[in-house]
Amino acid sequence: MQASAVEIQKVNKYYGPFHALKDVDLSVPAGKVTCLIGPSGSGKSTLLRCMNFLEEYDSGEIRIDGRLIGYDAPGRKMGGRALREMRRSIGMVFQQFNLWPHMSARENVAEGLLRVRGLPKAEASARAADALAKVGLADKMDNHPSRLSGGQQQRVAIARAIAMEPRLMLFDEPTSALDPELVGEVLTVMKTLASEGMTMVVVTHEMGFAAHVADRVAFMERGELVAADTPDRILHQPQDPRIQSFLRTYHERNSF
Amino acid sequence: MDLLQQYGPALLRGFGFTVLCWALGTIFGMGLGLLIALLRHYGPRWLCWILQVYIEVIRGTPFLVQLFVLYYGGPLIGLRLDALPAGLLGLTIYGSPYFAEIFRAGFRAVPLGQLEAARAIGMTEASIVRRILLPLSMVSALPALINFSIILTKETVILSIITVPELMYQVSRMSAETFRYVEANLVLALFFWGLVETISRLGRRFEARVTKHLIERT
Ligand SMILES: Nc1ncnc2c1ncn2[C@@H]1O[C@H](COP(=O)(O)OP(=O)(O)OP(=O)(O)O)[C@@H](O)[C@H]1O
Ligand SMILES: [Mg+2]
Repeated sequence: MQASAVEIQKVNKYYGPFHALKDVDLSVPAGKVTCLIGPSGSGKSTLLRCMNFLEEYDSGEIRIDGRLIGYDAPGRKMGGRALREMRRSIGMVFQQFNLWPHMSARENVAEGLLRVRGLPKAEASARAADALAKVGLADKMDNHPSRLSGGQQQRVAIARAIAMEPRLMLFDEPTSALDPELVGEVLTVMKTLASEGMTMVVVTHEMGFAAHVADRVAFMERGELVAADTPDRILHQPQDPRIQSFLRTYHERNSF
Repeated sequence: MDLLQQYGPALLRGFGFTVLCWALGTIFGMGLGLLIALLRHYGPRWLCWILQVYIEVIRGTPFLVQLFVLYYGGPLIGLRLDALPAGLLGLTIYGSPYFAEIFRAGFRAVPLGQLEAARAIGMTEASIVRRILLPLSMVSALPALINFSIILTKETVILSIITVPELMYQVSRMSAETFRYVEANLVLALFFWGLVETISRLGRRFEARVTKHLIERT
């Protein structure tokens, strides 16, 4: 049995009276790509955001490389410093990119290296350039986000995350805000990252990506983690009627 | 002409005091306002509540009254200030709730995602405030900050009442001594108009620079 990078056990999350995550169990294997799929509102983003504690879960455990995130012990919140230290090694890419508009692409990527890793300016800047070159944006480094296409902005966001040399990358629908012709360039970067052995958790509506790149696919519905298995068994031979119905709807919507 | 020769230097000196009081009052008021806004944003609930009361009280009372309380009431509790420091402190306190509210609105206009992106890479809240929250809040806050700074120029005339020798004080003296009310007040108006015009020009230029990449041009 291989090591898991993220181990989620019996996690529950409430928004007021609304039960958003119900006893969720999931283990994310290290060095592999895990895709989270499911209908809108099923709790995919919530679960993903619990993994770096941007969203606080109410009970259960989430362990990153064996270490509990968000709590020192059940019920006792982790201090800010310890949480920040854990977040340093968890990269996150958002649906809306969330680049900082007052900084150039290069400054966006260098910011964390400067303020969090404490690197000297020249080195941070050099590493930012490397990360941007890696996502194919060597020639756009000095552009501000307002002068970049959506696909380019998302690649800058990926560069910003990988520059921190994370051990785990979380993606929340990284291509959903993009025009169809720009989806490919972002997926290509993600595939490269996957082939280098990065541990990735990807919330996605791109079933093609899930089918071809994921090592595991987890399906959620109404706050429950229904099943997690190989892409083939989830996407092509689903046993659970909820998954079958989700895929049927998906195929209907995407055929013309 | 004689009049100008006689009162010119005093008027100029008065104008100098006016600009000084305005500039320092604005800087300190903005600083205090920012502090209040940050404490309300990050502080515990009870502190937030106290600051809310402070804001309501200061905004709900005339500057003149606040200044009287500070200058004439201060000594009763051992706060004995000269006219100028009292005036500066008064301006600072008077402006702070307005500035605090402007900053608060600015903070709220910053997209949450851009703060989350900073938290997700492990930045401290202090860095986030300095590097992300404040610069981005300027998109919506800067015009209002400049606007309120301009309003403050005209509140400085009230300092004449506690004998700060600013422009209004000199103008009052001049008109009392010469009975040339119209001319004296015309001079006052001209000085203020020039000051406000200068500030708003500088403000516009500053605004264009700060928001260069922040406002989508299509
Ligand atoms: N801050 C919040 N307050 C209250 N309810 C929330 C909040 N955030 C999410 N929810 C609810 O929790 C449920 C799960 O939301 P979540 O965003 O995780 O869904 P999702 O699976 O990511 O959906 P989508 O595919 O549309 O992004 C939804 O029903 C949503 O309405
Ligand atoms: Mg979502």
